[in-house]
Amino acid sequence: MNAEPLAMSGDTNPNPHRPDPIMTVDGAPFWRAANEGRFVAQKCGGCGRLWHPPRAICPDCLSKDRQEQELSGRGTVVSWVMPVHPAAFGFNEPPIVALVEVEEGLRFVTNVEGVPADQMRIGMKVEVGFATTSGGNRIPVFHPAKEA
Amino acid sequence: MMVDRNAQAAIVGIGQTEFSRNSGRSEQQLMAEAVLAALDDAGLSPKDVDGCLTFDLDNSDEVDLMRNLGVEEIKYTLRTPQGGASSVTTLVHAKKAVESGFCDVMVVWRAMNERSAYRFGQPNLNIQPSGRSSTFIEWCFPYGAQTPAVWEALSCAPYMNRYGVTSEDLGRIAVLLRSNAATNPIAWFHGKPITLEDHQNSKWIVAPWLHLLDCCQESDGGVALVIARADRARDTKNKPARILGAEYAFLKNHEIISDYYEGDLTELAVSQRVTERLTRAAGIAPRETNVAMIYDNFTPQILRQTEGFGFCGRGEAKDYIRDGHMNLDGRTPLSPNGGLMGEAYIHGMNNITEGVRQLRGTAANQVKNVETVFCASGVAGAILGL
Repeated sequence: MNAEPLAMSGDTNPNPHRPDPIMTVDGAPFWRAANEGRFVAQKCGGCGRLWHPPRAICPDCLSKDRQEQELSGRGTVVSWVMPVHPAAFGFNEPPIVALVEVEEGLRFVTNVEGVPADQMRIGMKVEVGFATTSGGNRIPVFHPAKEA
Repeated sequence: MMVDRNAQAAIVGIGQTEFSRNSGRSEQQLMAEAVLAALDDAGLSPKDVDGCLTFDLDNSDEVDLMRNLGVEEIKYTLRTPQGGASSVTTLVHAKKAVESGFCDVMVVWRAMNERSAYRFGQPNLNIQPSGRSSTFIEWCFPYGAQTPAVWEALSCAPYMNRYGVTSEDLGRIAVLLRSNAATNPIAWFHGKPITLEDHQNSKWIVAPWLHLLDCCQESDGGVALVIARADRARDTKNKPARILGAEYAFLKNHEIISDYYEGDLTELAVSQRVTERLTRAAGIAPRETNVAMIYDNFTPQILRQTEGFGFCGRGEAKDYIRDGHMNLDGRTPLSPNGGLMGEAYIHGMNNITEGVRQLRGTAANQVKNVETVFCASGVAGAILGL
């Protein structure tokens, strides 16, 4: 996928050397959708269950019918850490690595951006955005949710 | 179902190289030296070997074993998954292999130059499980989650958050293990105990949970075991360490180290499952054993496994350790060799050799009257006895 890199509106990319996604046959649809600005999960065409990380076959109903569903992009921080040493490859500053559980119940390893580490909390509400990798791909990351 | 004592598998030989930051020789040589030492310890020779086993990420295989040691015929060989979590899993397979007669004398080894050759703990796209089945690279790497320390900390943080574990609580585990290593002459950190203050002042590896002194240190070295049935073990040199029970489990939707996607992250469901089966198989529970050798790649693992394997209740592990129950003179001493943090990180295998030394009565920090030893590596547990 060679989608035109889209910088986050008004921001310069804080991590221009961020590694590109690793494309496997089963995982690529997730990253391709992200490149188009969509945050999706694999949906089983047989039973409708959502999966992440993607599977070759639905572990529940064993259907091979793989579909895609766009997610709300709203979630909660289940866990977070900050890799300090050795420096994370491709990052200028230590990133906040988080495990986010989205409203649909799936969990994603991701980054939470725009929050200093001393304000990070398990249980924090976040919403999806997109960051640009070194090769110009866009990948889902999260930011603190705007107050409702 | 308990196996008849005569037919029961036992660890009849243990061997190792020195542990270092730079072995100065190939991983194949480390493997050969460790296996040879274990065979010698058992009073056996390479000609007796007919089965072998290591686990993934090891760069030696059965061909190297046979070519270097002149093993004449292998009847059974396998390589188990899950990295270091497989260390105690090797006992499950070796026990079943010799008890069923797949082979009579099985060698198990781990030999790596993970410090001098490739820095196992640093970002490295080449460190992947052999089947590439786990998602710790694919779904983590673009987000800067690139090392075992990060994957582990992300997995443990919910537990520490729920039960109010502090960095000092983790530090007490490091202090305990380094204290044990300090009086173990073969430990890398022999003569180098640490204080809680040292722990708190050591640099962040993964904030806000893992200081440098919460992490094991990548090590060069090799460790090997020889496993045979007890009836075969009658003419071996040293007291055999019977494998009273050895069990492992791998549960639906779980992964190796990036085990984030299913269930309650504050408990180790897999350890609980293994404890039930192990207690039935061995006729004794982990908490009733005399020594606990628990996989300690990072300090939080000790808390979750201590609970998961039933030594104390949920959320109680930090207090259980602070109250001294796992000290050398406590109820169940934890890794008297100093564990992987203090002795060396040979992916759990050197904790098994220490378990055998404790049963033989030959350990540097010998616990009194040891009759049974518990060995654990997260997904696997084994109880050894005389």
